[in-house]
Amino acid sequence: MLKYILRRIILVIPVLILVSVIVFFIIQLPPGDYVTHFAAEMAAQGETLTQEEMDELRATLNLDRHWFVQYLFWMKDILLHFDFGHSFNYDEPVTAVIDRYMALTLIVSFITMAFTYLVAIPIGIYSAVKHYSIGDYIASTIGFLGMATPNFLLAIILMYFSYVNFGDPLLGLFSSEYENAAWSWGKVWDLAKHMVIPIIVIGTASTAGLIRIMRGQLLDEINKPNVVTARSKGLSESRILFKYPTRAALNPIVSTFGWTLSNIFTGSTITAIVLNLPIQGPVMYNALLGQDMYLAGTWLLFMAILTVLGTLISDILLAWLDPKIRTEIKGG
Amino acid sequence: MNVNNIKQQPEEKPLLSVKNLNIEIQMDNAVLNAVDGVSFNIEKGKTLGLVGESGCGKSLTSRSIMSLNPKECETTGEILYNSTIDKKMNNVNIVDLDPTGKKVRSIRGKKISMIFQEPMTALSPLYTIGNQIMEAILLHRTKNKKEAKKIALEMLRKVGISDEEKRFDQYPHEFSGGMRQRVVIAMALSCNPELLIADEPTTALDVTIQAQVMELMKSLQYEFGMAILLVTHDLGVIAEMCDEVAVMYLGKVVEKASVREIFYNPKHPYTKGLIKSMPKLGSEKKRLEPIEGTVPLAINMRNKCGFYDRCSERIAGVCDVKAVPDTQLSADHSVRCFLYSEYGEEEKNA
Repeated sequence: MLKYILRRIILVIPVLILVSVIVFFIIQLPPGDYVTHFAAEMAAQGETLTQEEMDELRATLNLDRHWFVQYLFWMKDILLHFDFGHSFNYDEPVTAVIDRYMALTLIVSFITMAFTYLVAIPIGIYSAVKHYSIGDYIASTIGFLGMATPNFLLAIILMYFSYVNFGDPLLGLFSSEYENAAWSWGKVWDLAKHMVIPIIVIGTASTAGLIRIMRGQLLDEINKPNVVTARSKGLSESRILFKYPTRAALNPIVSTFGWTLSNIFTGSTITAIVLNLPIQGPVMYNALLGQDMYLAGTWLLFMAILTVLGTLISDILLAWLDPKIRTEIKGG
Repeated sequence: MNVNNIKQQPEEKPLLSVKNLNIEIQMDNAVLNAVDGVSFNIEKGKTLGLVGESGCGKSLTSRSIMSLNPKECETTGEILYNSTIDKKMNNVNIVDLDPTGKKVRSIRGKKISMIFQEPMTALSPLYTIGNQIMEAILLHRTKNKKEAKKIALEMLRKVGISDEEKRFDQYPHEFSGGMRQRVVIAMALSCNPELLIADEPTTALDVTIQAQVMELMKSLQYEFGMAILLVTHDLGVIAEMCDEVAVMYLGKVVEKASVREIFYNPKHPYTKGLIKSMPKLGSEKKRLEPIEGTVPLAINMRNKCGFYDRCSERIAGVCDVKAVPDTQLSADHSVRCFLYSEYGEEEKNA
C-alpha cells in the first residue's frame, strides 16, 4: 500500500510539470499583457504612456522575453525561493495575496463540503430506500430545484429574506464592527451567522447532484443478490442497508471526491462576488480580468495541484474501501 | 403400540407444507399469476425437486418460503412450517409473518437457509468470506467471536476448502466459482438448518464442478440430516438428488411424484416433453425433441390449461375452457391434466 502511494506521488510530478507549462502558456495567450492593461488604466485617468515607457516597463517585468523563458524564470523562483512572482494588481508578492484569503477560503470550503456530504448522503439513502414515496418525490423536487436554480439568484433571494426578516442582508463574512477586530467569541458567532447563506447557496448545487448519485447507486446496490443473501441469513433491514448497499454505493461518491475538492474552490466564484465574500474566487476573477499573470497562473496551478491531489486522495480511499482494488495494487 | 408412539403422532406432520400458494404481480393493466395454487410437502430429511423452465415461478415459490420476495409480489395461501426441534415453531404460517419482522428473521438463516444461483454475486465483494460466514453464526448461535470463528472454520473444512485459516481472511474475488459456491453452502449450513433451499445451485458452474457441489450437498445432507428443496431446470440433477419431484409449468404444479415415477412413468404431456428433450447417452436418435412453442404470459390463464397451445394431446373444447383439476393417480403421484380426470363425467354432473 505504501509503495502504491509512493509510486502515485512520484507519477504526479511529471503531470504537474506539464500542467504548469500549459497553465503558463494559456495565461500569456490573450492579446496584450499587463502593460497594455496598465496603459489603458492610465489613459482612463488622463495620463498617456509613451511607447518607450511601455517597452521599458516590459523589460523590467521580463514581459518582452519568449513565454517559455518567462516560464522558466517563474519556475526557478518557485522552486528555489517559493516565490510565485509579483501580483501587478496588488503590488505585492502573489503568496501574500493568496495567504490573506486562504484561511477564510478553507473554512468556507470545508464547511460547505461537510454540509454537502452530511445532507446529501442521508437524503440519498432515504430516497433510495423509500423510492417513489412522497418523501422521495419531495427530496427529488427540492434537489432538482437546487440543481436548476443559479447560485447567484439563490444568493440574492436569501439576502433579500435575511434583510426583510433580520434587517441585515449578511453580506460578506463579517459585520463591519468585527471586520478588523481581533478574534473573539463574538467574532466567531458573527462569522457563523454570515456563513449560513454562503453554505446553503454553494452547498445546494452540489448537494442536489450528490443526492441523485447516492440514490441511483443505492438503488442499484439494493437489488443485488448479496443483499438477498444477507436477508436470508436473518439480518435486520437496517443492518443490511448499512453494511452492504450503502458501503458499496459510497465507492463512486468517493471517486468523485477528486474534482469536488477543486470544484468547491472555484465553483463559488460568482456566488462569492454576489455575496461579497473575502475568499479566493473573486481574487482569481479579478486577476484574470486585469491580466495579473502571475497571480492568475499561481491560482490555476494551485487548482491543478488540488485536482491531482484530490484524485490521489480518492484513489487511496477507494483502495481502502474496495478489497478488489487493494489486491490489484498488491499484485501490480 | 405404546403411549410414546401416540405422543409422537403430531411430529409426522411434514416439516414444510405449502398449501394453495398464490403469488400475484400487479402489472400496468393486468394481474400476472406468477404462482397459482401451488401445494407440496417437504418431509424431514428428504429432498424435493422443483423443476420447470425459466419463468415458471419456481424461484418465487422457493423464495416465498423465506418471505424473500420483492414487495410487488402479493402472496396468499399457506406455508406451514413445523419445526421438529423448536416446539414454539409449530404450524407457523410464513405467509402471514411480517417480512421484516423478528419472527421471520429468527427462521431465516437458522431454521431455513438458502443457497443462490450465482455464487459470484451472492457474496458481497467488500467483506472477507470469514466475515460473511460468521454473520449468521453470530446472529443465531453464539455472541462469542472466537467461538463463531471456530464454527466458521469448521464449516469451511466441511465444504472442502483447504487452508481454511488463510481462506477465512480472503475476499470473494480471490475464489473460483466452485469455491465460492462452497463458501455459500458453508454459510447456509453454518447454523444447522432444518431445511435448505437450493435455488439452482449449480447452474452457474462448470459441469465437473456441478457434480462436485451436488456430491457435497448430498454428503452434508447425510451428515446434518436437513431437508432440501432443490430448485432447478436440470433433470439430471433431479435424478441424482431428489426423493420427490414437483414439475412446475406457468405457475402451477402440473405433476408431482416420486423421482422414479417421474422418469419411468411420466403422465403430464409437459413432463413427457421435458424428459424427451433431455439428451441421453447411447441414444439411437440423432436429434433431441424440443417442446414446440413458447410459454405464454400467466395473465387470464385461470380457466385454461397453460400448456394448451403447446400440447400435442390437447382436447379442444375441454382444456381451453376450464380450470384443470388436480388428479391423484396413486398415493405418491398426482397430475394436473384432463387426460387423467373424468371430464366427461364432470360435465354431466354439472
